This record gives sequence, C-alpha cells and structure tokens, in this order.
Amino acid sequence: MNKYNVSRIRNNKLVYWLFISAASVLGLIIVALLIFISQQGLQTFRDVSPIEFFFSSNWNPDANKFGALIFIIGSLAVTVFSILVGGPLGVLGAIFLAKLAPRWMRNILQPAINLYMAIPSVVYGFIGLTVIVPAVRNIFGVASGFGIFTASFILAIMILPTVISIAADALTAVPQVLEEGSIALGATYWQTIWHIVLPTALPGIITGIVLGMARAIGETMAVQMVIGNTPQLAKSLFSPTSTLPSEIVVEMGNTPFGSVWGNSLFLMALVLLIISIFMIVIVRKISSYKAVKI
Amino acid sequence: MKNLFKKTGLMAMALVLGASMFAGCGGTQDKKATSTAAKVEGKVTASGSTALLPLLKVGQEEFYKLHDKVTINLSGGGSFTGQKQVASGSVDIGNSDVALASDLAGKGLVQHNLVGIPFVFIVNKDVNVDSLTDKQYVDILTGKITNWQEVGGKNQKITIIHRAKSSGSRATIATVVLQGKEFTNDAIIQDSNGAVRSAIATTPGAIGYVDAAYADKSIKVLKFNGVAYSIQAVSEGKYPVYTTGRMFTKGEAKGAVKAFIDYVTSDAFQNKNVESKGFIPLTKLPKK
Amino acid sequence: MNPKTMDKIAKIVLWAVGVFLIALLIVFIGYMLYKGLPILSLQFLFGMPSDIEAGGGVGPQLFNTFYILFLSMGLSGIVALGAAIYLSEYAKDTWLTRFIRLSTESLATVPSIVLGLFGMVVFVDYLGMGFSILGGSLALSLLNLPLLVRITEQSLRAVPQTYREASLALGATKWQTIRKVVLPSAFGGIITGIMLAGGRAIGESAILIFTAGTTVSRHMGDFDVFAAGETLAVHLWYVMGIGLVPDRIDIANGIGALLIIIVLFINLLLMALQKKLKMV
Repeated sequence: MNKYNVSRIRNNKLVYWLFISAASVLGLIIVALLIFISQQGLQTFRDVSPIEFFFSSNWNPDANKFGALIFIIGSLAVTVFSILVGGPLGVLGAIFLAKLAPRWMRNILQPAINLYMAIPSVVYGFIGLTVIVPAVRNIFGVASGFGIFTASFILAIMILPTVISIAADALTAVPQVLEEGSIALGATYWQTIWHIVLPTALPGIITGIVLGMARAIGETMAVQMVIGNTPQLAKSLFSPTSTLPSEIVVEMGNTPFGSVWGNSLFLMALVLLIISIFMIVIVRKISSYKAVKI
Repeated sequence: MKNLFKKTGLMAMALVLGASMFAGCGGTQDKKATSTAAKVEGKVTASGSTALLPLLKVGQEEFYKLHDKVTINLSGGGSFTGQKQVASGSVDIGNSDVALASDLAGKGLVQHNLVGIPFVFIVNKDVNVDSLTDKQYVDILTGKITNWQEVGGKNQKITIIHRAKSSGSRATIATVVLQGKEFTNDAIIQDSNGAVRSAIATTPGAIGYVDAAYADKSIKVLKFNGVAYSIQAVSEGKYPVYTTGRMFTKGEAKGAVKAFIDYVTSDAFQNKNVESKGFIPLTKLPKK
Repeated sequence: MNPKTMDKIAKIVLWAVGVFLIALLIVFIGYMLYKGLPILSLQFLFGMPSDIEAGGGVGPQLFNTFYILFLSMGLSGIVALGAAIYLSEYAKDTWLTRFIRLSTESLATVPSIVLGLFGMVVFVDYLGMGFSILGGSLALSLLNLPLLVRITEQSLRAVPQTYREASLALGATKWQTIRKVVLPSAFGGIITGIMLAGGRAIGESAILIFTAGTTVSRHMGDFDVFAAGETLAVHLWYVMGIGLVPDRIDIANGIGALLIIIVLFINLLLMALQKKLKMV
C-alpha cells in the first residue's frame, strides 16, 4: 500500500513535468517562428523606412518602392467583411445545431459542417474563380468581378465550420438545468437562449469567432485566386486589390530569399501577425466586458 | 471507458512504432541496394521553376523505365528557389527559366540548357482581334491602350490578367516584348499558367500570356506581328517570344544526376516528349 | 414585440439558417461528387500517376495523404494534449500562460505560406530533410497545433469542477483525476478538435508544396519518411495550375470527390467512436 502510494506520487510529479514540457515545446515553436519571421522581416527597415512601408501605397519592388498599405487595408477589409457575414451566420447555425435541431437534423448537420472543412482551399478558390467571379460580374454589372466582395463571400463560407463547431460545443456544454429553470419560470424558448444560454456560452462563442477571424485573415490560396492581387488601393468592393497573404504567396516563390524584396514579404507576414494579435486582444477585451455586465 | 482509452492509446503507439520501424527498414534496404547494384543508382533531387515541372515529371517517368535504382525527387517553388537551393546544396538540380541571379554568380554553378519555353498571348474568346503588333502589345501592357476599339476590336474594356512581378514568364515578356518599359499596375495577377488561363477564359475582354503548352480550346491565341506561334516560326527567327529553360548543378554533374540531365537533354527524349508537351527542343532553337 | 412572436421568428430564422447551411453544402459537394465520382475507379485510386498520357492514378498521393496526416496529427496531438492539460489543469493565470495562449491564437493566423516557408528553411534546408514526408509532416504539425490546443483546452475547461473535486476527495491524485475523470469527460470535444484539424490538414496545399514536394516515391506505399511526399491536395493544385497531362480536369475532379469521401469516412468513424464511448 505504502509502495503504491509512493509510485503514485512519483507518477504525479512525472506527468506534471511532461505537461509542462509539452507546453514549453508549444511556446518554443511559436517563439522560434516569431523570431524567424521578425528577424527576416525587420531587415527590411535597413533599406525601407517604416513610414514608407506602412503609409505608402506605392508597391513597385523593381523601382525600390515598398509601400505595403494596399495589402494591409485589403487584409483588414476582407477579414472584417467576411466575419460580419460569416460570424452571425455561424453563431445562428451553432444555436440551431446545439439547441433547436431535432436529432435527425443534427445527424445530418454535424458531419455536413465538418465536410465544409474538408473542401481544400484550392477548390474554394477555383469555384470562386470560375463560378462566383463571373456571377458577381453579371449580377452587379462590374468590370471584372475580382475584388474584396468576392473574396469576403468565399471567406465567409470558409470560416463557417470553425465558428459553428466551436460555438456549438460551447452551447452544448451549457448545463441543462439552467435552461430548464428558465423555461419553468415562464420564459419563451428564444428568451432562454438569448438571456441564459448565449451569455453562459459566450467565451466559447468568442473563441470560435476569433479562430474564424484568424482563419480568414491568414487564408492564402483561395483569396489569391479571386482578389485579383492588383497592387492598387480598392476603389470599391468590386475593384481588384490585394491582401497580405495573397501578395506573399504570389511573390514568394520567385523572390530571392534575403533580398530587400524577400525581406519585405516577411515583414508583411509579421504585420499580419501583429494585426491578428491586436484583433484577438480587442475581441477578448470586448467579450470580458460583456461577460461582466451580464 | 478506461479500457477503450488504454486500447486506443496502445494502438496509436503501436502504429507509430510500426511506422517508424517500416521507415527504418526502408532506409536500410535502400542502402543495401546502393552497395550491390552496378548500374546508375541513387537519389536525385531537383526544385525550382514550375513551368519546367510538368516536362521534368515526364522525364522522370521515362527515366524510371530505363533505370530502376534511381529515385528522382522533383519540386516546384519558383526559379529563384531552385537557384538558391542548388547553390546551398539542399538539392542537386535547380531548375530555372531565368538567368542566374547576380548574387549567385561565382558559387560554382554550372548551367545545362534544357528546352525552349515559348509564350503566347491569349484572349477571351469574345475578343474579335486576331493579331497585334509588338507596339500594340507594349501599349496594352503598359496601360496606354485600355479599350479593344483602339486596336481594331469592339468597344470593350481591356482587362489584363497575368503573372506576378517575380514570375519568370513575366520577366521574359518584360525583356522580349516590353524591352524595359513597365507593366501597368492595373492588372489581375494569378500565380500559375493554369489559373491565368481559367481567369482569361471567364473574363470578357481579358488578355494575358501563358507558356504555349497551356493554350487550349478555352481561350483564343493571338498572333505576334502577324505570326502565329509554331516551332518552325521560332526556328526561323520569326517568333521571338520564348526563353530557355535551364538546369543548374553545383559543379559538374556526377552519377545519377548526370545520367538524368544527360537523358532529358538527349535526342531521344527531346524528339519524343519535348514537342508533344508544347516545348521547343534545344536543336530547333535559332542559333544566336 | 410580443415575446411569443419573437420566439416564432427566432425559430424560423434558425431553421432557415440550418437548411441554408445544408443546401449550400449540397450544392458545393453535390457538384464536386457529380463531377468526380465517375472518375473514381480502382485504377485511379491505386494506380501510379502519369504525366505523359491520360489514365494515371493517384495511389501514392492517397498513401502519402494518410501517412503525412497520421504523422503530423501524432506529433501535434501529443504536444497539444500535453500543453492543453497544462493550461487548463495546472497553469495559474500568469503572464506566461497568457503569453502561451495568445501566441497559440496568433499561430493560427500565420498564413500557411509562411509556415511552408519556415518549414522549407528550417526542416528542408537547414536540417537537411529535403522535400520529404517528414519535412511535410513537421510543417503541417504547425498548422494543426493552434486549433488542437485551443479546442482541447476548451473542452477540458468545460468539464464541471465538481467532477474533479469529487475525484480528489476520494483520494485520487491529480494525474489520476485527469486521466480517469477529466479526459474521458472531455473526449467529445477533443474529437471535434481532431476532426477539424484533420479536415483542414487533409486539404492543405500551400505548406506542403514547399516542404513535402510535388513528386511521389517510385515505390507504392513507401514508408520511408525521407521519400517525396506529394499529397492529394497538392496534386490537385498541381494538375489545376501546372500539369499538362491531357486528362488533368478529370484527375482534379476525381481528387476533389476523393477528399470529400475520405473526410466523410473519418467523420463517421470518429462519430461511431464517440457514440461507443458515451454508451460505456
């Protein structure tokens, strides 16, 4: 008995260190990636002034012009528009899946949502290029159909599975007793969802939206096929422009690694990281605010 | 429940172990093979130009029929990636459709010419123009002409769809056609020949260029100064829009690498496969 | 507005969203299956690919897809589980844990092309793995990690505190509590994480183009981790954008349908497993 106890405690210590090391590995990987990206990226500033990089919309590497404003605005725009559409749609879908759908419907919807995830982004891109771009051109009567609108439309669909499945998990985890109590007190179904279930599940829902945003801002292959990759500020939702990841992917393969041009692409990756960290922090701040109020 | 957990855990572990053992076995077998066989053997790795990739994959397939002890590992990544990687020694061959980058000169890289890569200008099928002069191409690509009306077509906006600033194809057009003038920024950029073709096929009034191999029925091919692309036109010096695809090795090629390069530059391969895939055999390029 | 009417409207809207989601999926997937299913044959599924003439298969790519998925999920799964347990069960709310959490989320936003480039510089070039299954798996693990960690941590946290207290009160150690109480209760959520990360990984191309390469081993089913590792999604990208083989459209359609079927299959498998666990 005594011996058993000793080994039990030793085990306890051992696994603790295992978990800590796993967490440290995770931290290390991320730090390594950050160092790699920033080390390459920040070298840009030896040749390009930060003011030019962030505030100039003149991107012309052959003429030594490295203004990345177009791409920063493009990325922000597609992310915001796609989350404005995909976010609410996803949360509604999650409520339906977790709280309203009858069992048979759930059995269809659950795998269906995972299937959305399975469509490779290249396929989303090609469907976008060959179906949605022409459709947008015809419906809205615009010149090319490439641009922020088309990209956001595709992204809104692409982020759905992330938002829905994470939010639905959070909603399912809300204890049944809370709902039953509310219904018993005479609240309608929707009042219960709105006032009881949603606030309780809010942190999980926010996580879903944050990860959806993360997916949208970092998405590369699909966006670069429909955004146009044109180094020009967007004049409207329907004029071709470019985003940070799409510019990185079309330029990276043939840009000499270590040149100013190559470095500036890494700097774009760094900017992308910083923008997304910033967005994440803001969303978390807002959600903790809300949670306290309720 | 506990048991199931244990079981799945064990199974996963067994699978990982099994996989790594298999991997180990594979490795030792390869080593044994290299020490007993007498013919050409070993591993060849190549990376670089995506334009050359489909041709080299054909080369790989044909080469495998002749040599059963050689493994060839091909990757894209872009011309500069290939040059960089062969210079640093991470691949044996760097494929490129542009000349060696200036900062890699003096690293002991040896160039092996592979094929001629011809380019054609393509338009959406609704464009009713068949040929443009080099001057007109320049005016369109630099943004001076923006409507098909100005070059004899109908009243329709011209949409340029082409490759990224860093692409080898774009570099060729910039040198051969534009001769130093700058492309307009007002253009849609796609990252591969296939995507440029799809985008042009679905966009009315669109113009762009692709490697001749990618011209198919979904789009319309334009003539250049009245000359339609053909291998003969290139040979006779009438069609100037092409570049040379090349392979770089660090120092002279040896062993399996040499065997592979010898094979893809041999008459047998050049005559049988190069033309049929839409490239120009080395022997048919005009002598400079 | 009358709460009753509101209730009715809400229900209608929710149903509409649910039906819309399924309808949209049916359009997307139906289109892909309609185009791709006729292509799928034994020769296509298990044959060697060809760049010369029509009729090549995707056998090695199919194998590589599973092999790379398995290796990368294994690698990232172990790290993610450990890290998630640490974050939810042990870590106090210090700057370090906040840093790890924030960086995990930001890792999720790194565009896949940057992960691919990082993989190429570190694994392929610096560590000398070459364009290989191993290089691809390691780089792909970076993509899986954030999603796995976040969802696993989330589902561990969702386990009611009372479960833990009861177990500890009965004299179990912390590790025993985690292993026998917390993990099994969180299993459903963990499975969701695996499905999401796995589905995403199967369709990923940008990372693998730069790390696993665009050719396959000349041997069918080569377990050598240093063999070339082109996967189905990469092959799809290749035939659509670069390939010149005459039946490239057919191949692309076939791969599209195949990927859908694979993910559907994995989902059903995991759902069955989930159900079984709930019954025990």
